[in-house]
Amino acid sequence: MGNFLEGRYRTCNTTGLPVCLDAQFFIKAHAVAAVVFFLIGAIAALLIALTRWSAVHLLPAMWFYRVLTLHGLNMLIFWIISFEIAILYFAGTSLLNSRLFSRKVAWVAYVLMVVGALMVDYIVLIGKGDVLMTSYPPLKAHPLFYLGIIFFAVGTLIAVFNFFATVYIARRDKTYEGSMPLVAYGALAAAIIAVVTLLHGATVMIPSFLWSLGLVEHIDAGWYRLVWWGLGHPSQQINVAAMVAVWYFMATLTTGAKPLNETVCRAAFVFYILFINLASAHHLLVDPGLNASWKIWNTSYAMYLAVLASMIHGFTVPASIEVAQRLKGFTRGIFNWLTSAPWGDPGFASIFLSIVIFGFIGGITGVTLGTEQINIIAHNTLRIPGHFHATVVGGTTLAFMGLTYYVVPLIFQRDFYFKKWARVQPYIFASGVVLLSLGMSFAGSYGVPRRHWDVNFTGAPLSAGFDAAAHFFLGVLGIGGILAFTGALIFIVLTVLAVFFGKSIAGQPFHGWQPAEKFKLSMEIFSRKKDEKFEQIAHKVPGTVVLVFVLLISFMVYYFANWKALADVWWVR
Amino acid sequence: MEGNQKHPLQKLMDNPWLLLALGLLIPILSYTIWGWYQIVTMAKALLP
Amino acid sequence: MSIKSPESNWFKPPEGSERLWVGVALVWCMVMFLAMPYWHVKGKQNSTGESYAVTPAEFQKRVNRFVETNKVGEKNGIPVVEPSPGGDAYLMGQMWRWYPILKLKEGQTYRLHISSVDLQHGFSVLPININFQVLPGYDHVLTLTPTSKGIFQVICNEFCGIGHHLMTGQIIVE
Repeated sequence: MGNFLEGRYRTCNTTGLPVCLDAQFFIKAHAVAAVVFFLIGAIAALLIALTRWSAVHLLPAMWFYRVLTLHGLNMLIFWIISFEIAILYFAGTSLLNSRLFSRKVAWVAYVLMVVGALMVDYIVLIGKGDVLMTSYPPLKAHPLFYLGIIFFAVGTLIAVFNFFATVYIARRDKTYEGSMPLVAYGALAAAIIAVVTLLHGATVMIPSFLWSLGLVEHIDAGWYRLVWWGLGHPSQQINVAAMVAVWYFMATLTTGAKPLNETVCRAAFVFYILFINLASAHHLLVDPGLNASWKIWNTSYAMYLAVLASMIHGFTVPASIEVAQRLKGFTRGIFNWLTSAPWGDPGFASIFLSIVIFGFIGGITGVTLGTEQINIIAHNTLRIPGHFHATVVGGTTLAFMGLTYYVVPLIFQRDFYFKKWARVQPYIFASGVVLLSLGMSFAGSYGVPRRHWDVNFTGAPLSAGFDAAAHFFLGVLGIGGILAFTGALIFIVLTVLAVFFGKSIAGQPFHGWQPAEKFKLSMEIFSRKKDEKFEQIAHKVPGTVVLVFVLLISFMVYYFANWKALADVWWVR
Repeated sequence: MEGNQKHPLQKLMDNPWLLLALGLLIPILSYTIWGWYQIVTMAKALLP
Repeated sequence: MSIKSPESNWFKPPEGSERLWVGVALVWCMVMFLAMPYWHVKGKQNSTGESYAVTPAEFQKRVNRFVETNKVGEKNGIPVVEPSPGGDAYLMGQMWRWYPILKLKEGQTYRLHISSVDLQHGFSVLPININFQVLPGYDHVLTLTPTSKGIFQVICNEFCGIGHHLMTGQIIVE
């Protein structure tokens, strides 16, 4: 039984899930803040892409680095983490059938996060924080830059505490029976990873703040990198866990899918919780001061158990969709279930594209570049952003966009205008991100550096530069950037229009993306018991098996090709 | 009914506080403390 | 279940295709893990992180002594320095140059000390594409054997301020 306060909850007319009205308020608040930060980051992204496209070379040097700082912080930290807090509030309440632990705590967290982010953006824009997102010392920013990040981190930690407290009262009041739903379990994984992130953030940012005030004399560059990446990388692992939870959630909502085997899916989340944060070492593989044992053990997330987890999710999500579709009667051949999927539903299209981009581009490149020795031919080149734009943008951001197409009607209870644009938006955005990411990766394989204003080195005392092929790929990067920005802009405009001017649909079910009868069928398939027929289909998912083996073969080819490329360079140890 | 005998591993996986504790402990020991120790104990350069 | 609590006893091993995939993925993960220690034994390109604590002033002094004793020429006003094969070589990252120009012999092994006297820098040799991190306070020692002849560009690939793109250097291999 739920523990909701009288008059402080409602039942969703579409899904039948309970909605805590306090949680709903903060889900809205964090989602709106997230989209604002996303807009700032997206404008910055366009300017950066048009500068890295060497034929255009738009911004002057100083503004390039300033806008790059703005882009990194708003996208990787403010947009993503704000949205994730909204997800935590939703999962902790609606899925656990519980009220939010505290409205006051939620207010404190929200104000700290928004004020912190605005402080950082202000300092960067007035030119007092041209230190890029990583702010590596001895580069020094204005004290308010560090303070803003501390505010944002502490605010996030308080919000995560609110989530854990909600889990606590839900368990105490027995609001759900047995184990928590899988999506809530994924949110729990994200929250645990967030605690690791924020503790490292505090450990590194508080001394840096004091140093910027002149109260601490020296910050060791190597120590800072070690602890900062305990913040920088895990913050992106929160994304991975949250994104996978969103995959499961949207697969259910759009096709009626349910996991084939709870143990496998949950064990994969446990592997994330235990091991994914070791991978902060990815950034320190060619650093001084850390030995090979430390590098190999940590970069491999303890023998790649977190990679195993992603490979499992990459199987179980499509497999669960395949089973649901086959139960609906799409049984012809290997791929009829996939071709008959609801591709016109932006919620479904977003997550399926997200799975493909995350797996085929983000995952394969990430593991390969994170191989201790291969990093020698990749560190600080454009291959690195080529990788993480496929994970964080093509993976997480696209999945969050798909979720937003349901959050607006179900939580804000507003309808979208221009639905046709929403239906094509995921495809525009995805193709832009793919081009952007491939352009970066290929340019980077020539050694083109990341975070660099002029790869022609104009005016340098000793000349340097790249051949035409590298510049061609920088052009691909630029075109991909424009396309991705267009997709992002359509998303933002549609969302803002719906949230602030959309027709209210409070009290009625939402069937804007798929006809009501299709949705009903999906929910009927979802709530069926796992009978013999289900198990029979679940044991044999030929379409998914083909997909994952294509992934594995691509993975092996890319991985060994990189070892070959490494074997050709100078000997070094 | 299958009864209430839950598998011990299921009980472990269902415990959010245990997961939180291990999720903090493992990366902090393996990544942070071990790396920190190496940086602090680095030998002085001889510059031959 | 994804949005509802699952049946009370859900613990069971994977079956069918799922079991196959988990097994195959686990084997692949172990292969990738073992590849790294294997390459440390058999491979020629490794990142050992060998380094020593040094102050920027000490390092700069040593670089200057290295330039004085081993200088063999000049290019654009920058000294060209040739270390003895098998010996120590020094390269200093500084806003915004790699100092000095190094002249090495193909197939000879050098202990190349790299450090920074100001901000963090990224040591990147083109077009062969070798990259290492350079930090102030750290004498990063690379045991390096050039295996090809030519004039190689050294660029900086860690942001080091407004003149970052001006930071270049050279390694000549004969």
